[in-house]
Amino acid sequence: MTDFLDPLPWLIMLPLAWGTLAFVLGPGRGGRLAVAAIALQGALALQLAGQLIDSGARVYAVGGWGAPLGIDLMADGLAAVMLLLTQAVALPLAVYARGYFAASPKGRELFWPFTGFLLAALNALFLSADLFNIYVTLELLGLAAVGLVAIAGGRQPVTAAMRYLFATLLGSGAWLLGVALIYGTYGSVSLAVLTPLIHAGAPLAVTLAAALMLAGLLLKTALFPFHFWLPPAHGGAPAPVSALLSALVIKATFYLALRLWLELFAPLTTVAAAQLLGVLGAAAILWGSVLALTQSRLKMLVAYSTVAQVGYLFLLFPLATLVPPGTADSALAGGVMQAVAHGLAKAAMFAATGSMIVATGRDDISRLGGVGARLPLTLFSFGLAGVTLMGLPPSGGFSAKWLLLGSALESGQWWWVVVMIVGGLLTAAYVFKVLRRAFLPRAAGDRVARVPRTLEFSAFALALASILLGLFGAPLLELLAVGREA
Amino acid sequence: MSAALLYALAGAALFAIGLAGLLLQPHLLRKILAFNILGSGVFLILVGLGQRDGTIDPVPQAMVLTGIVVAIAATALALALARQLLDLTGQMRLPEDRPDAEPADD
Repeated sequence: MTDFLDPLPWLIMLPLAWGTLAFVLGPGRGGRLAVAAIALQGALALQLAGQLIDSGARVYAVGGWGAPLGIDLMADGLAAVMLLLTQAVALPLAVYARGYFAASPKGRELFWPFTGFLLAALNALFLSADLFNIYVTLELLGLAAVGLVAIAGGRQPVTAAMRYLFATLLGSGAWLLGVALIYGTYGSVSLAVLTPLIHAGAPLAVTLAAALMLAGLLLKTALFPFHFWLPPAHGGAPAPVSALLSALVIKATFYLALRLWLELFAPLTTVAAAQLLGVLGAAAILWGSVLALTQSRLKMLVAYSTVAQVGYLFLLFPLATLVPPGTADSALAGGVMQAVAHGLAKAAMFAATGSMIVATGRDDISRLGGVGARLPLTLFSFGLAGVTLMGLPPSGGFSAKWLLLGSALESGQWWWVVVMIVGGLLTAAYVFKVLRRAFLPRAAGDRVARVPRTLEFSAFALALASILLGLFGAPLLELLAVGREA
Repeated sequence: MSAALLYALAGAALFAIGLAGLLLQPHLLRKILAFNILGSGVFLILVGLGQRDGTIDPVPQAMVLTGIVVAIAATALALALARQLLDLTGQMRLPEDRPDAEPADD
């Protein structure tokens, strides 16, 4: 009976069930069900986090079969943090989406089924204990995400979805090739079996596999220079979809890159490779921010901001590779904090952006005049999310960047500090570009309508969470440490 | 040359052909076919390298079966999107990205 109530399988089964049910109920239905079910998933994720803090990382054998015949699920601190982030972002967004699609129905027909499948794939990915299961969840995630990009129809979104599909398929193809090489060498795909087997003198095939898998993940995470597919896909989708994709989907592949780097392939990592990842991250920060500044469409600006913020995530690699353990720990904490803070803040920012577009009837930064007077809470949410992205105290973004700065200085890698400061300034520039316009009075001939209260409050809840994370982030870091003592 | 290595090399060649097609061919159907060739290459490597001392290992076979299901689902989605794109633009290729040039319609 206790087995039946275990949160691990239900975190995957629940979204799969309500996603399917929403499809059966018919076009556009199932929103209320989704909100209730995601709240339940959130409770399950909290319960799991409590169990992990009490009794450490654990494994669940699906159906009682267990590896190698069956499939194992594994939960440790890092997985639990990502699960909490996923449900915490999904719940306000589900509330938001109900209001959004009532006001702007384009794309509402298939939103709920795809979102259910997307959340099931995300939760399954975070809980996977073997490389092949991760491949399957990566594909499920990619197909659901591509479907979501295309739901609004129209030339630009469908083109973006097609391009995104090819990118994500190529990424998982590279991953699977890596898995094949690993299986050919060691005869196993289980993370627990493989981790002790892989050592510094591993055959060339294993190094090749590591490179292929990492490259596939970088493509899917849209790290510079693989970011080409992201802005049209995230910028062209309906606002709740953009928020889900930018906040969660790219974090899933980042999570895998982190796991591979720190655990499975840790003996193979080199300073040169880590510095290369850091350089790509730095290039993403600068290039993404500069392009965000030049956008005239609001949603494209926020999408390019995601390209830039992904860069910060990858600064963690040079700061956590072959440095003293204390420095590596604070780099890991900073990187994961950045993933969580960006997840909450970017969801809030896309949600607020969607409200502004619904209110003004167009996606144009130069026509935002009057938004500050008519939608103060939405603009305030946008601003708060911007504070997190800039990394100002007391936000979660500040904690993240503080930890990363600290480990950069401790390990003597001052050049990343310069990148982070310049990136923060550029972020401030593009956030203020929007705020400045929105505070101007309404231009003659423009209209700014009111939007439903739920749109304003759900965006505000996400933005507030991204700020509170900086004040109350300590338990999250305690959870992150579960299973990492070794 | 052992049989396993032969399979693996053939698989690698298929992967390379698929990769080149996916990146270089502008026609969407060719891209979708190229993705399937790339996938078959990986499956061949998975099954080829999965033989131990001449006996067949069933685990990679099960993996390949799962992989085929995934590839079919992906191909179906790609074909559906390609058809939609054909209806919208009248051609079977990816149009140039000009997000700024289009009127915001949401």
